[in-house]
Amino acid sequence: MMDKMIFGRYVPAESVIHRMDPRSKLVLIFLFVCIVFLANNMLTYGLLTVYTFFMIALSKVPVRFIYTGLKPVLLLVIFTLFLHLFLTKEGEELFRFGWITIYEEGLRQGIFISLRFFLLILMTSILTLTTTPIEITDGLESLLDPLNKIKFPVHELALMMSISLRFIPTLMQETDKIMKAQTARGVDFTSGPIKERIKAIIPLLIPLFVSSFKRAEELAVAMEARGYRGGEGRTKYRQLSWGLKDTAMLAMLAAVTLVLILLRT
Amino acid sequence: MDISLQNVEYRYQVNTPFERLAIKDVSIDIPSGTFLAIIGHTGSGKSTVLQHLNALLKPTEGNVVIGDRMITSEKKQKNLKEIRQRVGIVFQFPEHQLFEETVEKDICFGPMNFGVTEEAAKKRARAAIGQVGLPEEILSKSPFDLSGGQMRRVAIAGVLAMEPDVIVLDEPTAGLDPRGRKEIMDMFFSLHETRGLSTVLVTHSMEDASRYADQIVIMHNGEVYEKGTPKEIFSSPEGLLKLGLDVPEVVRFQLKMEKSLNIRFSKTCLTMEELTEEIAAAMKRGAPK
Repeated sequence: MMDKMIFGRYVPAESVIHRMDPRSKLVLIFLFVCIVFLANNMLTYGLLTVYTFFMIALSKVPVRFIYTGLKPVLLLVIFTLFLHLFLTKEGEELFRFGWITIYEEGLRQGIFISLRFFLLILMTSILTLTTTPIEITDGLESLLDPLNKIKFPVHELALMMSISLRFIPTLMQETDKIMKAQTARGVDFTSGPIKERIKAIIPLLIPLFVSSFKRAEELAVAMEARGYRGGEGRTKYRQLSWGLKDTAMLAMLAAVTLVLILLRT
Repeated sequence: MDISLQNVEYRYQVNTPFERLAIKDVSIDIPSGTFLAIIGHTGSGKSTVLQHLNALLKPTEGNVVIGDRMITSEKKQKNLKEIRQRVGIVFQFPEHQLFEETVEKDICFGPMNFGVTEEAAKKRARAAIGQVGLPEEILSKSPFDLSGGQMRRVAIAGVLAMEPDVIVLDEPTAGLDPRGRKEIMDMFFSLHETRGLSTVLVTHSMEDASRYADQIVIMHNGEVYEKGTPKEIFSSPEGLLKLGLDVPEVVRFQLKMEKSLNIRFSKTCLTMEELTEEIAAAMKRGAPK
């Protein structure tokens, strides 16, 4: 029932993107999120779109899979488009239909902002699709390391992140299982009036909460039993290594940024 | 109610990189009143087969006939409630599905979803709680205050209270102590006998399969590897052993005896009583030393 979710899901493959250091990927995404805001005309948005699709091609994740997974988000993108289309009242009037008037600026804004939104989602999906949650948290922990100096609990934060990411698929499976069990007891999750459907959530949520708390407790006991006592002095099994391709990828992004600055109006 | 799977295939997550063939070309007939056991290793497709029996999953290929309904991949199915009421499934670790404030409400939940009145549902709850061997006082307790074994029984009672014609059990005794195991299996068997139910049992236990089932299906890598009566299956155990599956202890003992004494008994025995009779008879005849 939840087969199509792609958030936080890792698709194993052999690609440059998969082999990149998670730190460089994180930095890359962070910078990308910033430079998206540099774009302000057709050319610059075009460049960003080409860059994003180039990255998707490099990652070797099937496009159809990304498409089906992002369908629900696409709805949000379209919603943004319409919001701008109807609410911006600047520039030339394009056409009028009943009480709806569409202005040039609205169309422009609508397309640009929803495109921006869409590109951001795509890029961040590439990150999670090509990087295991463990790698992401390792990378983050290493990047945030300087914050330790000001007593910021970096390791604990990373641990919290990896635990929550780790349990997303488990929670999904659990949801699926309980949904099936309750469906077999006559609950209808997929049709019927809204009021009934909201009521149908209760037999799903309560067992989920119960098992999550139980699992959290078991995890804590298991960690303590294996001698876990925080990040201090803890060695790492996976060593991060920054390679030529990481530098190259960042250089490419720098080039894109430069062109963006030159082309923007 | 007859159930029949005809050349059923099921794929998980079609059209994604995670697409996986779970079962293929599975044909199983379950005429009304049969006790069928499905045996196989973890990942052999047992649980997938089981979810087809009340249309929780729709086959990606082939047909599932449940009573007078036909479930295929094309048609969008409406009104599956009747099927769900007539085919009750006890999932693995069913205690995870409990959610109500009291045991009574939880047992009534199923029947009331199928349109039984509160009054009648409460009556059924009292009957069901007795069937699973728990005292009536427990009805007013919270299901989360019970022990694991009691929770399991309450969850089973919740399915029994739906009064299904077919009852499907996915390793109902996993994680229970030996006594609880026997009590629960005996309870299901007596229900099967007295109410004329069809029962489908997914299990790892060869003992349970040989003791209770009329028909056994062995699944391997998503396919039906062998099917037949317990006698047929266990009298030629080579296939089973090749798959790394066990045979019942009694059969194993008989095989060992035949091998080391170099004799053959006239039939394969499935219970200890049968085997002792066979041995006694053989000794009277004067078995060759």
